[in-house]
Amino acid sequence: MSMLRIVNGRIYDPANGVDGEVRDVCVAGGKIVADVAPEARRLDASGLVIMPGGVDIHCHIAGAKVNLARKLQPEDHRHDVHPRTAITRSGVGGTVPSTFTTGYRYTLLGYTTAMEAAVPPINARHTLEELHDTPIIDKGFYVLMGNNVLLYKLLEQGRRDDFRNALAWWLSASKAYTAKLVNPGGDEAWKGRRNANITKLDEKIESFSLTPQQVIGALIEAVDELGLPHPAHIHCNNLGHSGNFETTLETMRIADGHRAHLTHIQFHSYGQVAGKSSNNPTSRAKEISEYVNSHPNISADVGQVMFGKSTSMTADAPLAYMLARFGGDKWVNADTEHESGCGILPFTYQDRIYTHALQWAIGLELFLLSKDPWRMVFSTDHPNGGSFMSYPRLIRLLMDSEFRKQEMAKVNPRALRQTALADGLDREYTLNEIAIITRAGPARLLGLASKGHLGIGADADITLYEEHEDKERMFGAPRHVIKDGQLVIEDHEFRAHHEGRVLHVAPDYDPAITEVIRPFFEDYYSIRFNNYAVDDSYLGRHERVPTAKQRATGT
Amino acid sequence: MSEQTLTIRDATCTFCGCVCDDMHLTVDVNAHKITKAENACVLGRAWFKEHGIEERPFALINGREASTDEAIEAAAQILAQARFPIIYGLSDTTCEAQRQAVAIADMIGGNIDTTTSVCHGPSGMAFQAVGESTATLGEIRNRADLLVFWGGNPAESHPRLFTRYAVTAKGMYVPNGKKDRTVVLVDVRRTQSAAVADIFIQVKPRRDFEVLWALRALVKGHSVDPSIEAVTGVSLATLEDLANRMKSCRFGALMFGMGLTMTRGRHFNSGALLALASDLNAYTHFVAKPVRGHGNVTGADNVVSWQTGFPFGVNLGRGYPRFNPGEFTTVDVLGRREADAAMVIAADPGANFPQAAIDHLRSIPVIVLDPKPTHTSQLAKVAITTATYGISVGGTVYRMDDVPLTLRPALPSPYPSDEQVLTRIKQRVSELLGGNRVPELAPDSLAA
Repeated sequence: MSMLRIVNGRIYDPANGVDGEVRDVCVAGGKIVADVAPEARRLDASGLVIMPGGVDIHCHIAGAKVNLARKLQPEDHRHDVHPRTAITRSGVGGTVPSTFTTGYRYTLLGYTTAMEAAVPPINARHTLEELHDTPIIDKGFYVLMGNNVLLYKLLEQGRRDDFRNALAWWLSASKAYTAKLVNPGGDEAWKGRRNANITKLDEKIESFSLTPQQVIGALIEAVDELGLPHPAHIHCNNLGHSGNFETTLETMRIADGHRAHLTHIQFHSYGQVAGKSSNNPTSRAKEISEYVNSHPNISADVGQVMFGKSTSMTADAPLAYMLARFGGDKWVNADTEHESGCGILPFTYQDRIYTHALQWAIGLELFLLSKDPWRMVFSTDHPNGGSFMSYPRLIRLLMDSEFRKQEMAKVNPRALRQTALADGLDREYTLNEIAIITRAGPARLLGLASKGHLGIGADADITLYEEHEDKERMFGAPRHVIKDGQLVIEDHEFRAHHEGRVLHVAPDYDPAITEVIRPFFEDYYSIRFNNYAVDDSYLGRHERVPTAKQRATGT
Repeated sequence: MSEQTLTIRDATCTFCGCVCDDMHLTVDVNAHKITKAENACVLGRAWFKEHGIEERPFALINGREASTDEAIEAAAQILAQARFPIIYGLSDTTCEAQRQAVAIADMIGGNIDTTTSVCHGPSGMAFQAVGESTATLGEIRNRADLLVFWGGNPAESHPRLFTRYAVTAKGMYVPNGKKDRTVVLVDVRRTQSAAVADIFIQVKPRRDFEVLWALRALVKGHSVDPSIEAVTGVSLATLEDLANRMKSCRFGALMFGMGLTMTRGRHFNSGALLALASDLNAYTHFVAKPVRGHGNVTGADNVVSWQTGFPFGVNLGRGYPRFNPGEFTTVDVLGRREADAAMVIAADPGANFPQAAIDHLRSIPVIVLDPKPTHTSQLAKVAITTATYGISVGGTVYRMDDVPLTLRPALPSPYPSDEQVLTRIKQRVSELLGGNRVPELAPDSLAA
């Protein structure tokens, strides 16, 4: 692989304490190195800002539900085509782009890693096939474990070792990155009790002597014990419901010192007006923010809402059904045996609507009230809160308080008055803080030691932006993007094809666990146990990220 | 003897969209035959046991025997020179091959379409209009206490849909199998499938839409005029009974076939059924499932969707995907005599397309990839023999409910796989097109 010396650029590398200094960055063999030979190519970065490649900790870009959402919306594609070039494939955009376009457009924004956030294990092959057709970026996925029927049975019987071994088997068999919980306990009520849901964490789960509390606690603990690089990734119960901040606080308390990541926490930070007949939500961003600020075991991504067209796609089927009944537009529900539910619908966030404006403002509150950018990181829950294509605009909202004021003037004022934004919250994120919430922080939370920074030995995933007053413009079109040491985008144009890696874990487990799992498959699954685990041929280029124990023992 | 016998456990049958993955195959290695296919239905047994590795030419060019290499060169020349090439079929091959086929279509600016356009394409369009409440087959097996089969005859087309996934299969919440379920069959004639049905409802031909729409009204509590019987052949009392059953079950499933999609009304019929299933979720849990025919037609829908954004009927002539059923569906492209070259993979349009489309196929250079001689291979300029997926070729297929499975091939084949041939055609086309891969775009052609 070619060598490169990048000179004269201003470097933002918060993981290594570099905040806007001008120095050289040397690249060889796909990694950052201390020095390169004098004949190495020099890339003049005068006037450019250099950051590690962006890392998206939570998005929906590949797999069964994403593909259903793609198929569902030809109207979303035809106005946003992505023509082929001599080295890139064609595709379409919209809120759910085709796979190739997804890879290219992330790269065009300077992102080099993205994690698909919700995959039922039975569909892992599908997700891996799509990720293989998602070029340039590194990628991985979280596997849905929070409504798994066999895990529930083991937990109900108090078999904690079997529970942990089965979880490890499932992560390995599906080639996932971590365990994801979505609305734990909700699926059984949805599928088995005429589309009901579960609303309290101490409520009995349909058909089991279990509560969501027990499920959440057991999974957080088991993931921690397995030493996965990223903790349990949690979509809390009661997403979108007024008053849900109490559920969110309770979920964080269940972690009890263990690491836990709460995703799209904006959607879980709502209060309600006591005694009012109206069920309109209010902001409880302050309480949520205070809890996260003062509990270093907890991390979160925001899940910012951006106005305009989005696509709701979630394993939280009752939520999607509730949203579908507001709009009356087309709706998809897809139940996956013993593993998950799923709901999909087109959705538009409108600035004049009270609830939508409030959601937008709560997201900004969470960013602006955060005291530790390493633990409150950037996301729109693409494409739920908005497309990843809106990231540059969101960065401008955070960095430019004048622009934020202009935008605030356009939204429902009644909603705004509910929030700390109305008190003149005029914090502006610095470039260093943006580098933390969009790359260094997510990489650290994911346990990716060679990503999110530019220290020696790091992956040479590097983005070079042109400095500009208008931060949306600056972050919308980096001049150069380097992936694994290769200049894939030079002067805004694709110059090379590149296949990124699949990032996955393979925690150790007691092999006897398969004899606990197999009989359940024989009785209740519609595919054979022997045909369930995904073999290595689906990984393509890949990197197994070690667990704590594997790292310690060098296995 | 035993050393010449091979056993493959948990192999997957790709004969129909059920894609059963519990086949235990016994292979007579010397005779190149599968002698036993345990768990297979009558169709699956024939699929496995009647398969033989025949002595066929590797390829034919203009009817003369040729090598695979020569045929690949000829195919690449045809595709590289064509102005409106079309690629069609794909429902009986692996996802790996399908991915190569779409890549070629992208490279040559061609048309890509699958057999979906002549089976459940209308269901795909209905899905885009109203969405769909659906489930994996295992969910239906474990939970469904009401099954309504509509416009299909699974007893003969998908035998194990009844025994492995739906009717008699025992499940977590229906431990007694059929005793715990109510089975309804709706069709224009009494088929073999009626034998398993508790209730058979006979609809007048071409009146499915009216019946479905009346059910939607009844489910929502609207009144329906008794004259519905004269129109549809189904009495109001029968419809009211069915509507009540659907509203009061715990988990209902509507499974429908081409009796809805390929008769008058097409996507309106599918749309009415999908909307009915969605409506029922206001009262109980209800899902719908198109019963898909070919072993990997569902994979074709998925691959074409993730690579282009659209499920079938996609044209890449402008350098980006455009979707328009009726315009870019193969029957229509051929019927209008637009295509000037065709590549057909694992399908036989020469046997089942309308005459005008077949006539046009005869007038243009056609490339065929197929394990067997077909009507289409006989009219082809280049016919390439490929190995059969699921029997001699591994890879990935998607069951009708989007569950992906990996194949376990049992018999070696002297012929290359579709994927191998398509990959080489792609490489050769790329060389032939050289720097001119990107077509010249008219100035206004980027305006969608």
